[in-house]
Amino acid sequence: MSTVKLTVNGKAVSAEVEDRTLLVHLLRDHLNLTGTHIGCDTSQCGACVVHIDGRAVKSCTVLVGQANGANVTTIEGIAKGDELHPMQAAFRDNHGLQCGYCTPGMIMSAIDIVHRHSGKLDEATVRHELEGNICRCTGYHNIVKSVLDAAGRMKVAQAAE
Amino acid sequence: MGVEGIGASVVRKEDRRFITGKGRYVDDIKLQGMTYAHFIRTPHAHAKVKSIDSAAAMKMPGVVGVLTGKELVDDKIGNLICGWAITSKDGTPMKMGAWPAMAPETVRFVGQAVAVVIAETRNQAKDAAEAVVVDYEELPAAADIRAAIKPGAPQLHPEAPGNVVYDWALGDEAAVKDAFAKAANIVTLELTNNRLVPNAMEPRSAIAEYNDAEEHFTLYTTSQNPHVARLVLSAFYNVAQEHKLRVIAPDVGGGFGSKIYIYPEEMVALWASKKVRRPVKWTGDRTEAFLTDAHGRDHVSKAEMAFDKDNKILGLRVKTHANFGAYMSLFSSAVPTYLYVTLLSGQYVIPAIYAEVMGVYTNTTPVDAYRGAGRPEASYLLERMMETAARQLKVDPGELRRKNFITQFPYQTPVIMAYDIGDFGASLDAALKAIDYAGFPARKAKAKSEGKLRGIGFSCYIEACGIAPSKAVGSLGAGVGLWESAEIRVNPVGTIEVLTGSHSHGQGHETTFAQLISERLGVPISQVQIVHGDTDKVQFGMGTYGSRSIAVGGTAIIKAMEKVEAKAKKIASHLLEASEGDIIIENGEFKVTGTDKSIALPMVALAAYTAHNLPDGMEPGLKETAFYDPTNFTFPAGAYICELEVDSATGKTSFVNFVAADDFGRLINPMIVEGQVHGGLAQGIGQALLEGAVYDSNGQLVTASFMDYTMPRADDLPSFKLNHTPTLCPGNPLGVKGCGEAGAIGASAAVINAITDAIGNNKLEMPATPDRVWRAIHAKA
Repeated sequence: MSTVKLTVNGKAVSAEVEDRTLLVHLLRDHLNLTGTHIGCDTSQCGACVVHIDGRAVKSCTVLVGQANGANVTTIEGIAKGDELHPMQAAFRDNHGLQCGYCTPGMIMSAIDIVHRHSGKLDEATVRHELEGNICRCTGYHNIVKSVLDAAGRMKVAQAAE
Repeated sequence: MGVEGIGASVVRKEDRRFITGKGRYVDDIKLQGMTYAHFIRTPHAHAKVKSIDSAAAMKMPGVVGVLTGKELVDDKIGNLICGWAITSKDGTPMKMGAWPAMAPETVRFVGQAVAVVIAETRNQAKDAAEAVVVDYEELPAAADIRAAIKPGAPQLHPEAPGNVVYDWALGDEAAVKDAFAKAANIVTLELTNNRLVPNAMEPRSAIAEYNDAEEHFTLYTTSQNPHVARLVLSAFYNVAQEHKLRVIAPDVGGGFGSKIYIYPEEMVALWASKKVRRPVKWTGDRTEAFLTDAHGRDHVSKAEMAFDKDNKILGLRVKTHANFGAYMSLFSSAVPTYLYVTLLSGQYVIPAIYAEVMGVYTNTTPVDAYRGAGRPEASYLLERMMETAARQLKVDPGELRRKNFITQFPYQTPVIMAYDIGDFGASLDAALKAIDYAGFPARKAKAKSEGKLRGIGFSCYIEACGIAPSKAVGSLGAGVGLWESAEIRVNPVGTIEVLTGSHSHGQGHETTFAQLISERLGVPISQVQIVHGDTDKVQFGMGTYGSRSIAVGGTAIIKAMEKVEAKAKKIASHLLEASEGDIIIENGEFKVTGTDKSIALPMVALAAYTAHNLPDGMEPGLKETAFYDPTNFTFPAGAYICELEVDSATGKTSFVNFVAADDFGRLINPMIVEGQVHGGLAQGIGQALLEGAVYDSNGQLVTASFMDYTMPRADDLPSFKLNHTPTLCPGNPLGVKGCGEAGAIGASAAVINAITDAIGNNKLEMPATPDRVWRAIHAKA
């Protein structure tokens, strides 16, 4: 057992966990942040993507010890109060989700994609970048639309800040 | 149409919780004192279980219990059931072996559970499972259809000699023989419909809680049909009495058919919660999903079609072998019979059809309904046949289809179905226009000049949805009726709850069903709450599958709504001192036509509940229920055309364009409908290009992870161009047909027809991987 200390969605947290505990299990089982999902056991599906120090990471592939001291953001931490993150709003407005299970990971990956390609996103790039996130419901058509829409919204939001 | 009524693409009410991480799936739920189950599964495809030694495991930290199949037998827990009885052509009933939830004696597919460890934590259960010693005596396995039916094949169940479950036929054999005798041309085709793994993104999960003082169970489960689960768990599995069992299916992360069935793990969790007197949670991992979720498709077929000298179809003869896996799953028997052969007339006038289906046991995961269920297999066979015929007869594939289209409705096919309405020519025209078919030869020539092989492929599908008229399916062997129920509660303050037996696991019912109410009453959808997925709340329901929710569940809502409106009008007319016949409902108000007198819905509702001033003899309250049993199936249909390029050096396929023209009848929320089509197309394209469950000859599932089984990723798929050519369904008041499965039914033939057109070789099986396509190109050369 080890004690880990990290920041999750802006709050300092600590937990006493088995050394083999994965970050996704810390989030779901110990911190009750169940928006981060588990869809596979081979780090393929991306349902568990969170941000660690601003980068999209599959939290099923991270031991909690590796996240010690890190700044973690989950799907629960991206809206500002009642105001949705532009990516969340774009997924809703473009029907970018159906069952909702892959959605948190998709949104967290997509935010990172927009950050990494500021201003230079097109359909082919979005499709290529989403390779690590699997959706079985949407055929990706509206997810791609959502990400492209959000890229514009995020640029506007950034300009306003 | 109101702004949120029928035809409005309003954004989904349910989305906010999903995009903010506030969805509530089964695995998100924790109960006080909850334990965790981990199943011990056979690594062998066929073996005797000689002994199970759990002594060491019982001493491991946190272990609460180890339970085996023997204890299930001791507790008289029932075997899993198959709910549709099929009779072979010799008049004998289908031949089934028993399927116990944990095998006490014999295991018949890799991954079948033999025992379960229950412990304080998930990791403790997994650790202890490593310490359970199971002694197996391996038996030879039959891993596919050919291996299972050859002489001397390993025998799976003593009840089914030669591993044949049934040998069934439908149609007029003599009429087909006559048709072929007078044919000018006969086209033949052999094909395989590849086995698929549904892979809803949320793995199956169950949490069971037993209250011994009340002798009452609660089961949270990933189900598409919680009432059916309760019925089966009580009436057949004998785990709990129906009135002492509450089944809750909260947010469910996709189903595609795979969450219809009541699997061993859910049943064992429920039973175990009483054995250990603690809540028990089981959540499958992806490997378990690959090994134990019911697979789909897996047919091997030979087909022949007879044409006259004018290229009119005279007859169709089909022989199909269907793989059921090691046990007969809940609806499995119906899939390659009444959900497959009944659609073999497609969109065409085919005077004579005869199809034989042999259902076969193999040492593989059980196979059951997966998105489309029988109809994709029918559509794939028929649409590849039409394309093959067009090439052999040297006619345009669109024109050959058009020449044979059914144009008069209603139309009785030779295989049970009576199509009520459709306009197949309109869908084909729309698709041809959308893809600029006239410009294709020039595009193909240009691609050729650039060293690329370009092809175009058609698929004109039809499906039977709105499952199903209870009497009709009952006469065909179904063990249940397939109606739906609804209850509408207008609360005293005028907000509305709709309790539906349909279950949403991605379909957007919370929005679409609210739009039905908004359309009728003119209230905003924010005033309407859709309640589903809980047997303690919803009176009863048959659940969601077979594209049935809007046609059957939606109609039940309309029927209940009519009763609510009738009573509310009586109250309004009483309060307004007007004649009931003069009351109209508009924008949430009851108005006396031709006057300025009106009363708002909340005031009518309040009057219904205060009951101070109701018409003489009227009961208080404003709540009505309805059960709706459809009179016929609905028949969504459409035309898909795929244009693609093949790289002859690598065999890789790249989409140029994929267009769809669908007839779903009236669209309630076009945005949601199109989302359903996108997802269906992705699964159909996935089957055509990427997906396939592969077993080795020992019955090991080689493709048991996302590393080995190719799920469609975003960059495997094109954006889709959708068109709608609706004809309103005359069989229900909404004129709707259903849209959930169409894409998966129609897409795969369009893709394979396009590739075979591009490469000039018709011998190509799914999934058409670059390796297979490359070989097909070179086989021809």
